Amino acid sequence: MGTLPEPFAGWFAARGWTPRPHQLALWKAAQSGESALLIAPTGGGKTLAGFLPSLMDLHANPREGLHTLYVSPLKALAVDIARNLTTPVEEMGLPIRIETRTGDTPQNRRARQRETPPQILLTTPESLAVLLANPEAPEFFAGLKAVVVDEAHAMAGTKRGDQLSLCMARLDLLAPGLRHVGLSATVAHPEALRAWLSPSARAEDVRLVLGKGGAEPVMDLMLPEGHLPWGGHMGIASAPGILARIEEAGVTIVFVNTRAQAELIFAALWKINERNLPIALHHGSLQIEQRRKVEAAMAAGKLRAVVATASLDLGIDWGAVDQMIHVGAPKGVSRLLQRIGRANHRMDEPSRAVLVPANRFEVLECVAATEAVRAHELDGDAPRPGGLDVLAQHILAMACQAPFHPDALYAEVTRCGAYSTLARRDFDDVLRFVEDGGYALRAYDRFRRLFRDSEDMVHIRDLRVARQARMNLGTIVDTPMLKVRIRGGPVLGEVEEWFASTLEPGNSFIFAGQVLRYEGIDALTMVVTRGGDGDPRVPAYAGARMPLSTNLSFRVRSILADPRRWRGLPEPVRDWLRLQRHRSELPQRDGLLVEVFPKGGRWFMVAYCFEGRLAHQTLGMLITKRMERMGYGPMGYLGTDYVLATWSAFEPTDPEHLFEEDILGEELEEWIAESSMLRRTFRSIATIAGLIEKNHPGQEKSGRQMTMNSDLIYDVLRKHEPDHILLRATRAEAARGLTDVSRIATLLARVQGAIRVRRLDRVSPLAVPALIEEGREWVAGGAEDALLAEAAALVDEATDGAEHFADVLAEVTEGVRVRSGVVDRPRRQDRKRRPPPRRFIRSAKGLGG
Amino acid sequence: MTPAPLHLAGERLMLDPMGVVSWPARRTLAVSDLHLEKGSHFAARGHFVPPYDTRETLTKLALATRRYRPARLVLLGDSFHDARGCERMAPADCAALGRILASVEEVVWVLGNHDPVAPVGLPGIAVSSFADGPLTFRHEADPRASGELSGHFHPKATLATRAGGVCRPCFATDARRVILPAFGAYTGGLDVRDPALGCLFPRGGRVFLLGADRLFSVPMAPMRRRAEAAL
Repeated sequence: MGTLPEPFAGWFAARGWTPRPHQLALWKAAQSGESALLIAPTGGGKTLAGFLPSLMDLHANPREGLHTLYVSPLKALAVDIARNLTTPVEEMGLPIRIETRTGDTPQNRRARQRETPPQILLTTPESLAVLLANPEAPEFFAGLKAVVVDEAHAMAGTKRGDQLSLCMARLDLLAPGLRHVGLSATVAHPEALRAWLSPSARAEDVRLVLGKGGAEPVMDLMLPEGHLPWGGHMGIASAPGILARIEEAGVTIVFVNTRAQAELIFAALWKINERNLPIALHHGSLQIEQRRKVEAAMAAGKLRAVVATASLDLGIDWGAVDQMIHVGAPKGVSRLLQRIGRANHRMDEPSRAVLVPANRFEVLECVAATEAVRAHELDGDAPRPGGLDVLAQHILAMACQAPFHPDALYAEVTRCGAYSTLARRDFDDVLRFVEDGGYALRAYDRFRRLFRDSEDMVHIRDLRVARQARMNLGTIVDTPMLKVRIRGGPVLGEVEEWFASTLEPGNSFIFAGQVLRYEGIDALTMVVTRGGDGDPRVPAYAGARMPLSTNLSFRVRSILADPRRWRGLPEPVRDWLRLQRHRSELPQRDGLLVEVFPKGGRWFMVAYCFEGRLAHQTLGMLITKRMERMGYGPMGYLGTDYVLATWSAFEPTDPEHLFEEDILGEELEEWIAESSMLRRTFRSIATIAGLIEKNHPGQEKSGRQMTMNSDLIYDVLRKHEPDHILLRATRAEAARGLTDVSRIATLLARVQGAIRVRRLDRVSPLAVPALIEEGREWVAGGAEDALLAEAAALVDEATDGAEHFADVLAEVTEGVRVRSGVVDRPRRQDRKRRPPPRRFIRSAKGLGG
Repeated sequence: MTPAPLHLAGERLMLDPMGVVSWPARRTLAVSDLHLEKGSHFAARGHFVPPYDTRETLTKLALATRRYRPARLVLLGDSFHDARGCERMAPADCAALGRILASVEEVVWVLGNHDPVAPVGLPGIAVSSFADGPLTFRHEADPRASGELSGHFHPKATLATRAGGVCRPCFATDARRVILPAFGAYTGGLDVRDPALGCLFPRGGRVFLLGADRLFSVPMAPMRRRAEAAL
C-alpha cells in the first residue's frame, strides 16, 4: 500500500484518517492514466476518492484551464460536492478553483466560466450537453484530464445516461487520453457498468476497484399490532408502531413505495403524533422549494423523521440518519439496499432498517428481501442499449459544435458502451431524421436543418437552428401536470392532469400532507382551499408502482414451496400457509398453481404466477381474450404483484389451454401497438428527438390547442410510414421496457407441463388477498370506446334516469323556445342572488312540464 | 357510424362521429378547422412531424362527403394552418382537395384566424360568416348569437371512466349553438371546462364525445358554478 504525498498525507493525519485502500487504488489507476470504476457502498469517502488524483495532479503541476469535470444526476448533489470539496482544497492551500454549472447558474457566471474556466467544474448531463453544443467547446475542453461520473449506477441505462455517454465520447475526441472515473453503489452487473463507462466500450479498459463493504445491516420485521391485514398496500395499520420507532431513534427516514402512500402514511402519523415530533414529507410532486426546505431541515438536524418516496433514493449524504423504516414491500433487492444505505453513512457501524409489510403476501416478500440482502444477491437489469431519440438530439448538437463526416461520427458514437451495438442503418436513418425528418415522402427538403457539402461533411443550416437545438437539449420529459395552488396562496406542487379531470368542485383530496378541497381549474393551475369534507381521495401517478423483481419473485416462490423455510415467518402467516396446504395446495417453485372456484354466481380462476403487476395485467388481457373465444364469458380480471385472477360467467373447464405459449402471438402484437404504454413511449421519444416541442411551463392555455399532440402524430405516422425510424425506436424501447412481456414468455415456457389445476368449492386462503385487493382493472387502448359507453350510460343513470338519446335532444330543443322569453330576463336580474340551475336539462324539463 | 340528431333553431341537424355536421334539409355539410399543412408549418420551424397530415385529413373529408353527398360544403375556418398553407400543398393533395370540392355544387370558405384570406385558385366563395335561414355559420362563436354553428376552439372533453379519464374531441352544444370539433389530423383540443369555451355555455349544455362509430353524450355543467369556484 502506498502513502500519499504532502500536503495530502498531513491533511489526512490531522484528521486522524488514513487513506482507504480504494482511494489509493484510484490514485494508482490515475497515475497510469487508466479509467476506473469504484464500486462501494455509500460512505467511505467515495467522492473524495474520485477527486483525490486530480487534486494531487493539480498540486504537483499547477495550471490554468479545465482539468476535471464532475457529472452528477442531481443539481443539488453537484452544489453539495462543490462545498465539501472546497474545504480540503482551502485547508491545504491548493491553487484550485472549483465551480458548479447547472441550469440554475446565472448567465454572467456562465460567460465568465467560458472565458476563464475553473480547474474543476461540477455539472449535470444536460449542462454538459449544452457546453458541447458550442463551437468553442474544442478549446474549452482541450486540456481536460478526467471526467468523474457520480452515481454511475443510476445513470447507466437511462436516457440521461445515454446522453452522458455520447458526451463523454466527444470529450475523448477533444481531450485525448481523458480518464473516465465512475463512482457507483453496489450493482448486479458490474461488468456491464464497466463497459458503459469505458472510453472504448470494452469493460477491460476500465480498472474495477471494489470498496470494502461496511458492516452488515441490521434488519427486522415489524407487523401491525393485532390483526395482520389480508390485503392493502398502504400499511396504515402500522402507523402506531412506526411512530414508536421514530420516538426511540434520533433521526428516521420512512421510505414508502408511492407518492399516494407517502401522503397517507404522513397523515396517519400526524393523526397520532401527540408529542408533535417534527416529521416532514418529501416526494417528487411537491414544489421544489418545499423539498429543498425539507432537505435543509434534515441536514440541519431539525427533523426527527421524513416520509419519503424514491425522491430521496439518491442525494446528499446526511450522515446522521439512525434508521430506515420501509413501509410496504421493497419490490427489489437493490432498491432496498440503496435505501438501507441512506440510513447510515458511517462505515463501521451497521445500518438499521425496519421492514413494515402491509399484508400477508408482503410479509413473504419482506422476508425474501432480507434473505437476499444477507446473501448479497442483487437484482436489476444490465444497462439497456442507448436510445435512438437521444442519438438524434446528440447528432444535432454535434453539428452545432462543428461540421462532421458521418463515418467519423458513427465511429465516435459506437465507441460508447451504450451505442457499441448500434447498426449503421439505424445511425444513417437517425441522421436522415435529423436532416429533414427522414420520411419516405420527401416533403421537407426545403426545411432541412443540416446540409452536406461536396465532401460529404454535414453542416448545421444556420444560427437559428443551432439556437433552437441548444434550447431543446435534455432528455427529461414530464407528463402533463397541473400545479396545485391554494386560493390566494402558494403553489403546493403538482398532480397529473388526469387526476384533476376526475374531480368535481367540492371534492376533497390529500396532497402535500393536508386535506384540500378542489375548487376549479384556472389556466394551468388547480385552485384549492384548505379543509374539505367527505372521504378525501389521494392522487395517484402513472407508473408509480414498481413491479416485483424476478429475483424476489423466485425467492418468494421458494419460501412458499418449502415448509422448512417457514420457521422465520410470523405465526399468522404460517397459519395462513398451513390452511392453504389443507384446503388447496401450495404453489410450487417452478410450476404454476391455478385454482378454479365458484363465488357469488361467478367462476373465479386464480393463477399464482408471481411475475409482477404489469406482467399479470398484460397476461390478464391476453387470457380473457382467449376465454372469450372458448366461450367462458369472461367478465373481468385483476393483476396483483403475485397473482392473476379472472372471473367469468361459465366455468373455465380447460385452464391449461389458457396458459399455452402461443398466447403471445399476433393478438399481443396488435394490442401492444394500441396500448397507451406505446403511446407514452412515443411521446417521450418524439419530444427528445425534437419532433415536438417540450412543454414549456407557464405556456398560455389558449395556445395549447395549437401545440402538437403526440398521439395524433403517432396515429398518422403508424398508418402512413410504419417503418419510420422513430416508430422503430419506440417499438425497440417498448420491447425493453415491457419486461413484463418477456417475463410472461419466461413464465409460460417454465410452466408447460407443470400446471396444477385445483377445482375448489370455495375461495382458498391464498386467493383472499387478491380478491379483496382494491385496484383498477387495466383496460387496453382498444377498449376505450367501451369504457366511454359505460361511463356515458352511468352519467345518464345518475342524472335523469333512463333517458333516451333522441328524447333528451328533443327536450333541449323544446327548452329553447320556452326559455327565450320567459326565463332569461329574470335570471339576468337575479344573477347575484340565485344559484344557477344545476343542470340545463332538468330546468328545461321542469318548464316544459 | 351512427350520427346523432340535434335540433337547433328548429332545424334538424345530424352530428356525425367523424366530427362533421350535416343539415339534410339544405343538403349542407359543415366541417371545421382542417388545419391543412400544419405539418409543413411545423417543419419550417424545425419540427419534422410526419408530412402526411394533409393527406389524412383529406381522405377523411372525402369519406364524409361521399357519405352525405352534400350540395354545399361549408368550411368553418382555419381550413389551412396558415395563410400560405395553400401554396405548400403537395400536387397529389391539391388534386385530392380539388376532387372533393368538385363533388359539391357550392363551397363556402368561412375565413378563420389562421387563414384570414381566401385560398388562391380554389373554387367557392370566401366570407367572414354565412347565414342561411335560421342558421349562421361562423369561425368563432359570437356570445350573443343564436342558431349558430362554429369551430375555432377545438373542443375536447374528458369523461371519467373506471379506468381513468378518457379524453376525446367533442361537439359542444346548447340550445343556441353547436361548436364543432377540429377535423384536421394534427389538431389538438381545448377542454370544454376552460373558461374561454365555458363562458359560451353559461347555463351548461351537452357535449358529444367522438367515438369510433358513435357519439357519447354527457351533460356539461353550467359555467358560473365553475367560474365562481375558480376565483
